[in-house]
Amino acid sequence: MDWIRQPAYRLVELFRSDPSKIVDYVDSVYDRIQRVEPLVKAFITIRSREELLEEAQRIAKNVDSYVLPGILVAVKDNISTRGIRTTCASRMLENYVPPYDATVIERLKRAGALILGKTNMDEFAMGSTTETSAFFPTKNPWDLSRVPGGSSGGSAAALAAGEATLALGSDTGGSIRNPAAFTATYGLKPTYGLVSRFGLIAYASSLDQIGPMARCVEDLALLLQVIAGFDPRDATSLPVAVPNYLEELNRLWHEEPRLRIAVLRSLVEVSEEGVRKVFEDALNKLCSRHECEDVEVPYRDQIVAAYYIVAMAEASSNLARYDGVRYGLKTSFEGRSWIDVYTEVRTKGFGYEVRKRIALGAFVLSAGYRDAYYLKALRFRRLLKEYFDGLYKRFDIVVSPTMPILPPRLGELVSDPLRMYMADINTVIANLIGCPAISIPIGFYNGLPVGLQAMSKPLNEVTLLYLGKELQESLGYANLVSEVIR
Amino acid sequence: MKVRIGLEIHVQLTCLRSKLFCSTPSNYYDKPPNTCVCPVCLGLPGVLPVPNKKAIEAALMVALALNCEIAPKIVFVRKHYFYPDLPKNYQISQYDGPGMIPYARNGYLTIVVDGVKKIVRIRRINIEEDPGRLTYPTGSMITSPYSMVDYNRSGVALLEIVTEPDMESPKEARAFVEKLMAILEYLGVTDTSIEGAFRVDANVSIEGGERVEIKNIGSMKDVEKALNYEILRQRKVLESGGKVLREVRHWDPHKKVTVPVRGKEFEEDYRYFPDPDLPPIIVTKEWLEEIRRKMPELPDARIERFTKQYGLDEYRANILVLSKWLADLFEECAKMYSDYKKLADWLITDFLRWVKELNIDPKKRSWNPRSIVSLLQAMDRGLISVRMAKELMPKVVAEGIDVEKFIEEQKISKITDEKLLESIALEVFRENPKAVKDALKNPKAINFLVGGVMKKTRGRADPELTVKIVKRLLEAVEKGELSI
Repeated sequence: MDWIRQPAYRLVELFRSDPSKIVDYVDSVYDRIQRVEPLVKAFITIRSREELLEEAQRIAKNVDSYVLPGILVAVKDNISTRGIRTTCASRMLENYVPPYDATVIERLKRAGALILGKTNMDEFAMGSTTETSAFFPTKNPWDLSRVPGGSSGGSAAALAAGEATLALGSDTGGSIRNPAAFTATYGLKPTYGLVSRFGLIAYASSLDQIGPMARCVEDLALLLQVIAGFDPRDATSLPVAVPNYLEELNRLWHEEPRLRIAVLRSLVEVSEEGVRKVFEDALNKLCSRHECEDVEVPYRDQIVAAYYIVAMAEASSNLARYDGVRYGLKTSFEGRSWIDVYTEVRTKGFGYEVRKRIALGAFVLSAGYRDAYYLKALRFRRLLKEYFDGLYKRFDIVVSPTMPILPPRLGELVSDPLRMYMADINTVIANLIGCPAISIPIGFYNGLPVGLQAMSKPLNEVTLLYLGKELQESLGYANLVSEVIR
Repeated sequence: MKVRIGLEIHVQLTCLRSKLFCSTPSNYYDKPPNTCVCPVCLGLPGVLPVPNKKAIEAALMVALALNCEIAPKIVFVRKHYFYPDLPKNYQISQYDGPGMIPYARNGYLTIVVDGVKKIVRIRRINIEEDPGRLTYPTGSMITSPYSMVDYNRSGVALLEIVTEPDMESPKEARAFVEKLMAILEYLGVTDTSIEGAFRVDANVSIEGGERVEIKNIGSMKDVEKALNYEILRQRKVLESGGKVLREVRHWDPHKKVTVPVRGKEFEEDYRYFPDPDLPPIIVTKEWLEEIRRKMPELPDARIERFTKQYGLDEYRANILVLSKWLADLFEECAKMYSDYKKLADWLITDFLRWVKELNIDPKKRSWNPRSIVSLLQAMDRGLISVRMAKELMPKVVAEGIDVEKFIEEQKISKITDEKLLESIALEVFRENPKAVKDALKNPKAINFLVGGVMKKTRGRADPELTVKIVKRLLEAVEKGELSI
């Protein structure tokens, strides 16, 4: 039995008929990890095989009461896990062990899923390549000389390398979709407020969302089902009833509705040639069954600027709490002023990218500059939302390439920060306006994965899953696992 | 020289069971350090604040009671500054700026000082979270090699009430604080007797000088003391030809002086922005009406009722009403005793004096109105003298005794036995021949002799009867029927 490539929904069926298989599955995944992890470096923390086998046996006794019995989930290391170190890939939190579980972790545990470990990421989710991790970069399983994208690069790489069946990521400006596109996996950024942020270590609170990552659409739906829903501990959580995503997906799949699809043409035009070619092929397939129309992307020059202003402003505030007093990096206190201590802790604890964003964020919020930057960015955000609200009245789906570039080589993008930030233009829109967005693998160019991004109006995740399913079935990119060759 | 005083008062909403943004208990007052905390009020990574609806309602109630305009939305903002008592290094507060607004503005409060009514305007009220507290191993910041932080207070709901500089004397400032505290107590939102439940900062300027801010005033009496000191200090500076500079001073309640606080080298930039974790809370008219309906009678209305219903003058009504427990006790007693003025007088003077003398926290006691009434009735019925009533008062205050029963049991009723009193009076006469001579010349001097009888009977002698007997004995001396 090839446990590594099995989608979660099929594993669940198998385990229900034979619970003892959970142990075989867990064992196989651990064997796989032992083989590929030294090359991929997807995880910051992996729980011990013994501990997980013990949990697996406990769950095997009662498979019917769980939605995801025994399924191994890799969790991005900015999601709080009680008793499991949660570092945000930062020296600042290198030894921080949360005393509580994030809401999504509670829900995963209630569903019988097994938390396999914590995945690598850009430090505090600030980056698009997983290279700003304070510990080590993660490699793209499809080409070990390239980055897996970021900031949820560890989660995506773990899936693509067959080291986990499901994964959680977080997405502030594309941090789920970007690595999904770079690793030929599926990633969904839910509507803002659909998934509780309680326990997610904040980067930019008004943009952050936790989302599911998987190797097929069905698994994406399954995982979303478990984590979505109102949480009284998150005041921005939406008090809405969550649909049954798999049922709704199957219903649409049989009804085969014709969708009105808007293509963000100028974002296609500015993409790299390889991305464009693969995207056009996929688009042709879509257009043969659906109604496609090119639309303009307004304010193209302002989108990324506005995004970074908002993100950095909120980051400078959210990251103020790391001072070494209560948790995190420690230094000696005695006989020193607290300003001294704070300065040392924050200089040593944060990497360059994080310090840069904190400084810029503090600047755009400071008196005299706030109006010109922060408030203007907020006004722009409203404007952008109005434009897309208009689009969503005419279209069910808005598509573009997920990333305008192919996975870059290690070191290539991180050394060119403006190019790195500009590469986020396609993905940041969904975060700025709060709508859901999915990245779907649509092919390879010179062996490198390309993803298609689809956005829809808020709380219309089902339509995104439907589109994902259609592309998955017509293109065949489901349950891909890289061989990981050195 | 005209004095202008404005106040900035921080009040905790002590009525709440939990803190402003988490479900951790907020009654941290006698708890060991850092035991009243949770991930949220410690600002651990990943936590989120959720507003306490009861706190919002209490805040709205205060705003209504202070006649404020209430914002259509409650917008929480982040105020950034690094300090070890602030777990997130920002405080969730409110601010007046683009996209931000204090939840209440433009209110007022009426105070009475020396019989004159005055309106003090309220500029704004913010609702915010209290920071933690720093403590020092040696007790002093200067001699301690390190400081310790207690986060028990962190996240407790706090109102910041800011007035216009409408007060013109320390007495007015104190009256304002007392009135405000009374209102908060009537609303049941703050137990002002809890230490740390409120802190006052005062801005004071004298014509011709700059504004000085005094921080750290912790009691109502100190408001007046600190301002008196500061005004005196500023006057002296001005009179000696100096200049009063704009500065921040600290009130030292032990030395009873204000001392300068080292000034900040630069104006702090708090980088306010709306807290993205807290969507604005919409305040609907219906909600406000519902809160208004729940509001109890407030001090002004009660003072008016006391003057009408009990025929008290405003002075007495004011004193009673501003201490809610005392006004409540008065009304309980008034159900059983109808000489309201006498009742009010005894409560305001002797009763209150003993409450203070015996160091009793009146709010934590359940008072027995029957005991007070029994004292007044025993007096009315001639069972005890005024002096005896005064002597019994501590027992009324401390034990809530039934006075009639008590005097029966202790056999300490008034001495009305004429023969006994006469023999005691004779004793007094013999011991004080000079006083007897004086009394023969000057009728007013008989008080000394009457007092002597009272002393010997420990106040139990019937005063009227004693006077009669003393007069009779004096007549006898004058006529030569009695020699001493």
